[in-house]
Amino acid sequence: MNASIETAISAMTRSARWSHWESLFWVLSLAVLWLFPTKALLFSQIAIMGLFALSLDLILGYAGIVSLGHAAFFGLGAYSAGLLAKHGLGDPLLGLLGGAVAAALISFITSFLLLRGSDLTRLMVTLGIALMLFEAANRFASITGGADGLQGMMVKPVLGLFAFDLFGRTAYLYSLVVLFLLLLLARRIVHSPFGLSLRAVKANRLRAGAIGISPATRLIAIYTVSAAYAGVAGALSAQTTQLVSLDVLDFHRSADVMLVLVIGGVGWLYGGIIGAIIFSLMQDWLAGITPQYWEFWIGLVLVSLVLVGHGRLQSFLKSGIGLVFNRLGLASADQRSVS
Amino acid sequence: MVTILFDGIAYGMLLFVLACGLTVTMGLMNFINLSHGAFALAGGYATAALTQKAGLPFLLCLPLAFIFSAALGMIAEAVLYRRLYHRSHLDQVLFTIGIVFMTVAAVDYMIGSQQQSISLPAWLRGRVDLLGGSIGVYRLFIIILCGVLALAIQALLSHTRFGSQLRAAVDDPRVARGLGIPVNKVFAITFALGCGLAGLGGALGADLLGMDPTFPIKFMIYFLIVVTVGGTSGIMGTFFAALLLGIADVAGKYYVPQIGAFVIYALMVAVLILRPQGLFTRGGGR
Repeated sequence: MNASIETAISAMTRSARWSHWESLFWVLSLAVLWLFPTKALLFSQIAIMGLFALSLDLILGYAGIVSLGHAAFFGLGAYSAGLLAKHGLGDPLLGLLGGAVAAALISFITSFLLLRGSDLTRLMVTLGIALMLFEAANRFASITGGADGLQGMMVKPVLGLFAFDLFGRTAYLYSLVVLFLLLLLARRIVHSPFGLSLRAVKANRLRAGAIGISPATRLIAIYTVSAAYAGVAGALSAQTTQLVSLDVLDFHRSADVMLVLVIGGVGWLYGGIIGAIIFSLMQDWLAGITPQYWEFWIGLVLVSLVLVGHGRLQSFLKSGIGLVFNRLGLASADQRSVS
Repeated sequence: MVTILFDGIAYGMLLFVLACGLTVTMGLMNFINLSHGAFALAGGYATAALTQKAGLPFLLCLPLAFIFSAALGMIAEAVLYRRLYHRSHLDQVLFTIGIVFMTVAAVDYMIGSQQQSISLPAWLRGRVDLLGGSIGVYRLFIIILCGVLALAIQALLSHTRFGSQLRAAVDDPRVARGLGIPVNKVFAITFALGCGLAGLGGALGADLLGMDPTFPIKFMIYFLIVVTVGGTSGIMGTFFAALLLGIADVAGKYYVPQIGAFVIYALMVAVLILRPQGLFTRGGGR
């Protein structure tokens, strides 16, 4: 009896432990700035997309909510940060906070609609909210700039020290630090008892309720947290590009982020970031061939991913990383004891 | 007033024809299919090509559009969709969005992004006075045609052998299979019929709704609302949901143009709060 509890606890803590490849990942992500200094702007876009996909992973991978309108919260964050910067409150951290709060507020209000009905209802509600916000941003052009985009943002230096430069070095470091901190927080969340209870809700809502977990409050909580993450991603995007247009609320963004997450793998936090790297490389390469019909290739990737099975791709990625580290003799103690 | 009501009804009828195939696959079979609009697109484009390029009469093009989309649907079901009936909802969403993106880009590449126009015959173009309002003849034509179709579909589902086989297959595929009902074949035929109706809806609606490559994305939310609001009770729920949505949308855009697009979302939210399972639900079962 005791032994089985111990194995369960060790299995849970093992997945929560910081492993060597994670350290290497972050060192590498910092190092690319010096290796490819001219690509810093692209890297900052990847970091932001990674954060956005991470936010989707929180609800899709850990709570099983399939959302077709996650761009709503990205857009809310982007417009909040943009409007703050336009009206003289250009401090970047304040912008991030504003984006997170705005997204969290709207998601909290709308989360009650997600608790009822089936997956189909949830798809409709999430898509509907995103479309409504898109329509609102389009309609209230006096505030948002409508189709022309938001003009006249003045973003101040980060912490009053680091001004945004033309090459995107500050933008990348800033985005990377935010991504890193929020990933640490997300790790804490998903490995906490709260995160474990979320997985229980995802696996079987009825049984989770029977062992004393309240599915509704868990789902509302994680949906709000996830929206706040997306809001931060949107705010980062607005600040680093100094531009907000209707594009941030577009349906395509919701579909793209889903693709990004699925490429990298759902339900292990790094999936979004790795997916963002692969997606950007793919975009770079394909857009070179057919810039206009880039959509087609996204569709093809989606279809083939489903037919091949994205679970397989994910396990391939994971085992690949594991293999490299075993070769290097870097495998952590618990990994060695398993293999 | 009468004019708006009629426009709304015509719009709702169109939505019904477009979405009723989806009610069965998405509402009853629980297969999330977001690519339904692609088949409507096929029907609309086929009609545009046939009337403009080949010069065929409009009325002949309608059944051709139906057959074209149904054939496409049948092939797609056999090759692709059938594999996804038992996959997770996430897989179904990803796959069908992928299909939508591919369709949109492919149509854009091959035919171009401009709106397709369909030349209606002269006798469908005028307006008539009816019940004190002026009504487009074409809208009247749509209402009558779609009304007849709705009755025919209802009769097909409730009074024929195929209809009872379908209802049995949807309720419990395993038991239905045990009773000797060819479940896969029934689903395939249903899927093809639904796609054919979508194609017909696309052909009829090209003039009213506008037909360009982004049609499947633009109308995705309408289909989703019709199916979810309609509930799982069968085709009549979809019919009333579509009518309600059509009238609300047209009236909203006419009376309160500044918030016009929000009316249907407000309606959707209201229905979801009051009746989370849709307007009409079946007692018991799944």
